Amino acid sequence: MYRYDEFDRKFLEGRVAQYRDQVRRRLAGQLSEDEFRSLRLMNGLYLQLHAYMLRISIPYGTLSSAKLRGLAEVARRWDQGYGHFTTRQNIQFNWIHLEDTPDILAHLATVELHGIQTSGNSFRNITTDPFAGVASDEIEDPRPYCEIVRQWAALHPEFSFLPRKFKIAINAAGEDRAAVMIHDLGLYLRRNDQGEIGFTVAVGGGLGRTPILAQTVRDFVPRRDVLAYITACLRVYNQYGRRDNLFKSRIKILVQSLGIEKYRQEVEVEFAAMGDEREALALPDETVAAMQAQFAPPAYADAAGDKAALFEAIAAEPEFARWVERNTRPHKQPGYSIVVISLKPPGRPTGDCSARQMNAIADLADAVSAGEIRVTHDQNLVLPYVRQGALYDLWLRLGAAGLATPNIGLASDIICCPGLDYCSLATARSIPIAQALALHLAKREAEIGPLQIKISGCINACGHHHVGHIGILGLEKNGAESYQITVGGSDNAQAALGGIVGPAVAAHEVIATVDRLIDAYVRLRHAGEQFPDTYRRVGLAPFKEALVVAR
Amino acid sequence: MGDRVFKLVTGNRLRDGKVVYFAGDSAWTPTIAEARLVEDGDGAALLAEAQAGPPPHPAIAPTLIEATRDGDRVVPVTLRECIRACGPTITHYGG
Repeated sequence: MYRYDEFDRKFLEGRVAQYRDQVRRRLAGQLSEDEFRSLRLMNGLYLQLHAYMLRISIPYGTLSSAKLRGLAEVARRWDQGYGHFTTRQNIQFNWIHLEDTPDILAHLATVELHGIQTSGNSFRNITTDPFAGVASDEIEDPRPYCEIVRQWAALHPEFSFLPRKFKIAINAAGEDRAAVMIHDLGLYLRRNDQGEIGFTVAVGGGLGRTPILAQTVRDFVPRRDVLAYITACLRVYNQYGRRDNLFKSRIKILVQSLGIEKYRQEVEVEFAAMGDEREALALPDETVAAMQAQFAPPAYADAAGDKAALFEAIAAEPEFARWVERNTRPHKQPGYSIVVISLKPPGRPTGDCSARQMNAIADLADAVSAGEIRVTHDQNLVLPYVRQGALYDLWLRLGAAGLATPNIGLASDIICCPGLDYCSLATARSIPIAQALALHLAKREAEIGPLQIKISGCINACGHHHVGHIGILGLEKNGAESYQITVGGSDNAQAALGGIVGPAVAAHEVIATVDRLIDAYVRLRHAGEQFPDTYRRVGLAPFKEALVVAR
Repeated sequence: MGDRVFKLVTGNRLRDGKVVYFAGDSAWTPTIAEARLVEDGDGAALLAEAQAGPPPHPAIAPTLIEATRDGDRVVPVTLRECIRACGPTITHYGG
C-alpha cells in the first residue's frame, strides 16, 4: 500500500492548519457562509438535511487496518457511531459538527486520510477493482497506476477549474469490477501483441440526468505515455467543456456533441503537439517499478494444503458452505481466497458500518488478511489475502459481529444511495425501499440467483440505477414519492443502460412491481443465463408486458 | 390536521449543522413546535427578521417553508421538511 512520504505528511499538516484557521474565522463571524462554503467543500464537508456530512476519500478503495480504525474513531467520537460506504469507494459521516472538523481532519491525517477533492469541480477519488492485486483474472495490479494518476491529478494546477467534477476508474482484469464505462475517463490496462503494457482509454461515461456509456478514444496507449495522453484528453475538455450550463458541463456531453471522432482528433492533435512536455510526463519503467514496490503483495505461505480442511468444514456446516459459495472469490495465489464482507444484512441500511464493526474488521484484517481491507463500489468490504485454512474461524468471528450475511451478488445485496433520509439533493427516499426489498427478496434469492438491484433517490444517480439489472429511481411527483423502474442495465464489461418498464409507481407498489419483473425473468431465462443475458435476448417488451398484465 | 398553511423559517445551526427554526426575537430553536408561525403574507417579513443580526449568524441559509398545525404539533407540508424536523425515517440506523 502506498505510504505517505515527508512531503505528503507536511502538505496535509499544513492543509489541516489552514482549515482550522478557516473554521475559527467562520465561527467568529469573520467569514460568511458564502465565503466559507467552497473552503469547507474543498475539505469534503457538505451540509445535508440534518447536519454537516464529511466525505473522506479512500484512494482506489484500499484501506489499512490503521486507516479503518481511524475511521472507526471518527464514527465513535465525533459522529453517531457509524459511517456509510459509498459507490465511489469512499466513506461518509452523516452527523458531523463543524466545530469538530479540524480535530477530525487532524486525526485522519495521522492515518493518511483526508477529504480533499471529494467535492467540487475536481478530480475525484480514482476508483478500481476491489480485488486488485489478488484477482485470478488480472493482468497486473492496477493500484500502482491509480496512485500515479492520483498524484498527477492531486491539486493539478492546470485543471483546478474544470467545467465539472471528473471521475477516473482503472481496471486491469478480464472482468470489469470497477464500472469503468460509467466514468468520465476510464483506463483498461492491457497487453499488446508485443507483450507491452498499455491502456485502452475511454471517455465520456456517466450517469445522472443524461446517462451515457464511455467510448474508446484510443485502443492502446503505451504505459510510458499514459499521463501525457490523459493530459491531452483533459485539455480538450478543459478548453471546450461547457461552463455556462451545469447540466451540460460533464465531459460526456462534450463527447456527445462533438462526436467521438472529432473529440479523438482534437486529443490526438493536442497529444502530438506536446513535444518536450510529453517527455516530462513520460512514465519511465523505474518510476512504475518503484510504485509497484509500494503495492507488493504480502509474503504468501505455502497454503496449498489448506483446501482439504476447507472442504471438510464445508461438508460439515451448510451455513458456512453457503457463505463460502457466495462471499469468497478465486485468488491468484493457490490456497488463498478473497473474502467479501457483506454490509447488507437484509433490513439494515445499505453500506452502513458501525464503529464497533469497523474495529472488528480491522482486527480480522490484521489476523488473517495482512492488515488490508478494500471498499467495493457495491458498498461492501473485502479482505483480500485470506488463507483458506482461516476461512472457517473468520466466518465465525464475522458472524459474531453481524457481518456474515451470505448474499454477495444476490437480490438483497442492493446498491443504494442515502436518499431523502439524509441527502439535500434527493427527491425521494431510497434506504427504506432497499430495506423492504432486501427483506422481501432474501426469502427467494436462492431461486433468483445473481441479481443486481440499484436504487437512487434522485436523478443524480449515486445509486447507479441506470446500470442495475433492476434499477429504481426515486422521484417526487405532485408532492409524493414515486419510483421509476428500469431493467436490463449492467455495469460490467458488457455495460448497458436499463430501459424504463412503465409508468412510475408509488412506494408501496415497488415490491410487487419488482416481484413481477423477477417472476418474468425467472420464467424467461434459459439455463445458465443471468439477468443481463436474458434481457439481451428477449428485450424490454416481455418485462413491460409482465407489468401491463398485472395492472 | 388543519388546512391553514402557515409560514415559518428554518435553517441549519452554524456550529453543528442541526436543524433549527426561527422562534422570533433573534432566537432559534431545534423544536419545530416552538417556531414562530405567520400568515402567508407575512412570510417575507419573518424571513427578513430571521436573516438579520450581526455575524456570525447562528443559522445557515434561513429559508421560508410551509407548515400546518395539528393540535399542538406543527407539521411541515413537504416530506423533505418532515424528515428534517423528525430525523431519518428508517427503522435502524447507527450501525
